[in-house]
Amino acid sequence: MYDYTDFDSEFVNTRVQEFRGQVARRLDGSMTEDEFKPLRLMNGLYLQLHAYMLRVAIPYGTLNGGQMRQLAMIADKWDKGYGHFTTRQNIQYNWPKLMDVPDMLQALADVSMHAIQTSGNTIRNVTADHFAGAAADEIEDPRPTAELVRQWSTDHPEFQFLPRKFKVAVTGSPNDRAVVKAHDIGLRMVRNDAGEPGYEVIVGGGLGRTPMVGKVLRDYLPKADLLPYLEAVMQVYNLHGRRDNKYKARIKILVHEESLETMQDRVAEVFDRIRGDFVVPQDLIDHIESGFQQPAYKQRDIAPVLDGALRSFIDTNGAAHKNPDYAIVTISLKGIGETPGDATSDQMRVMADLAEQYGHNELRISHEQNVILPHVHRGDLPAVFNALKAAGLATANVGLVSDIIACPGMDYCALATARSIPVAQQISTAFADIDAQRDIGPLKIKISGCINACGHHHVGHIGILGLDRAGVENYQITLGGDGTETATIGERAGPGFAYDEIVPAVERLIEGYLDLRNDAEETFLQAYRRVGLAPFKAALYPEKAEKANAA
Amino acid sequence: MAKAFKPQIVTANDLLMGDVIYLISGGEWSRDHACALVAKTAEEADAMLATASAQQLKIVGPYLAEATLDANGIPGPVHFREAFRTRGPSNYSHGKQAEAAEA
Repeated sequence: MYDYTDFDSEFVNTRVQEFRGQVARRLDGSMTEDEFKPLRLMNGLYLQLHAYMLRVAIPYGTLNGGQMRQLAMIADKWDKGYGHFTTRQNIQYNWPKLMDVPDMLQALADVSMHAIQTSGNTIRNVTADHFAGAAADEIEDPRPTAELVRQWSTDHPEFQFLPRKFKVAVTGSPNDRAVVKAHDIGLRMVRNDAGEPGYEVIVGGGLGRTPMVGKVLRDYLPKADLLPYLEAVMQVYNLHGRRDNKYKARIKILVHEESLETMQDRVAEVFDRIRGDFVVPQDLIDHIESGFQQPAYKQRDIAPVLDGALRSFIDTNGAAHKNPDYAIVTISLKGIGETPGDATSDQMRVMADLAEQYGHNELRISHEQNVILPHVHRGDLPAVFNALKAAGLATANVGLVSDIIACPGMDYCALATARSIPVAQQISTAFADIDAQRDIGPLKIKISGCINACGHHHVGHIGILGLDRAGVENYQITLGGDGTETATIGERAGPGFAYDEIVPAVERLIEGYLDLRNDAEETFLQAYRRVGLAPFKAALYPEKAEKANAA
Repeated sequence: MAKAFKPQIVTANDLLMGDVIYLISGGEWSRDHACALVAKTAEEADAMLATASAQQLKIVGPYLAEATLDANGIPGPVHFREAFRTRGPSNYSHGKQAEAAEA
């Protein structure tokens, strides 16, 4: 874990005191809401449909047991005993009261956490591969990079009022689990011909109203050049990004309208100019890197796994660790019929305990709204599994049909145009049987409650977008999306479905897939790529297919 | 010809608690949509919104929302968004309105 320096602690604590004063001035009338709103947003405090919402950053998805336990305490003391983990590796509290928020921020600062830059037109929480530091396929741990970017971007005086929000993601592995091609800047670790690690810099990806897959701005950037290069990209965006139209203000539109080559030329020009003067102190890099050392791995016997339930849990929720005696365990926050990404305070404490007892005190939050124990010795898997089972956290569905991403939608979000959560709950309930889910195989359903696409629907194998059509909830389906290194934006299948028609529509799609797949090994996405949209469309709209056949 | 005016209410969120609230008579606020004061003309609506907007120390984000009126003149929400705001989220029964209903 990265340890806060005195500078970090003082900065975060000062911000808490500053916000405490701002809240007091709002409450005594010396500040209007128009004056207060941008200040509260800079500290992660939104006003939603039913209440305020506090969005807390979990930088690059990493936290320790003590921090998770503090998140549980905050949920109990100032909220309703639970928290919602988001697709941006944040946690959201849905029910804070305005006068309590400074105390909540102080409680976060006490464990080196904050809500700074979780809103506004700034560089947001830097996200990373949730298997960082543990994955067998990793070139390098992406978190030192993410932490460096976090420090550079936090309170950066030039980048507090960008044309629009700006999201950076980092992956240290060729298998992209961080959706880097759907970010304003994606950094993918690669090696050059000499075998030295560096970055492929991807720019202009994003979902939302105008979904785009990011383009390669530079195919190899030496590690030492990272910050001056990012600074150059940001300067170009800050100067040339559109401010006349909020919907055209993201960097993806700039790259699209002015061409990748123009962007490359402009960035190169600024980079050449600033590079010489831009020195990142080595002691800073050393301090950051010292926080991300490999854990002191245990050496002990591993008994063969005989229990069937445990074996299927490991098969589904386990992933290969760089140390063969260890496993990465994903804890599904997608219990059947539950709200995706929600954890109660009791569950948070169980996860904190497990991290401390069996996981070298490390936890990760994934953009897929699950929690990860990145370092579990295989000999400890039975104990971990049993503890998870007792806490209702052992659902063996990771990567399957019920492991659904869903944004908060119109159950909470002020921007939403339709509900997401109950759609996810109903799909999960309709496919409750885990054996049947396993038979269907890997399938990513992603649901957004508005065009802003927080639920990543464009990159879902099945994407669902909730809209308001003449005062009624309506759900559009996209198919064939992919958020990995082979990123693809899904194709719209056709007319939308009413709230009570969307779950049967998904069931028809999956039945259609089971009928047309070559064999059980061919996944939904592979089948879609082989046969295209038409057969899936026929399954979705059987009446139209019948009419076409009759004609 | 001008469009016929449809009844409207003023809604906002409570400054301290964040709860959904509705303007009632006397410039006061209720958490119950059925108690909301109803504007039957554009002038009434403008005046109600002005009353609400002057209460910066109590509320956040006031706006007009269309309402239905039942046989007794009790207002109800028109848009599903406003209907959700009357009852809280659908995934848990712990919205503030649910608490109010239990009280």
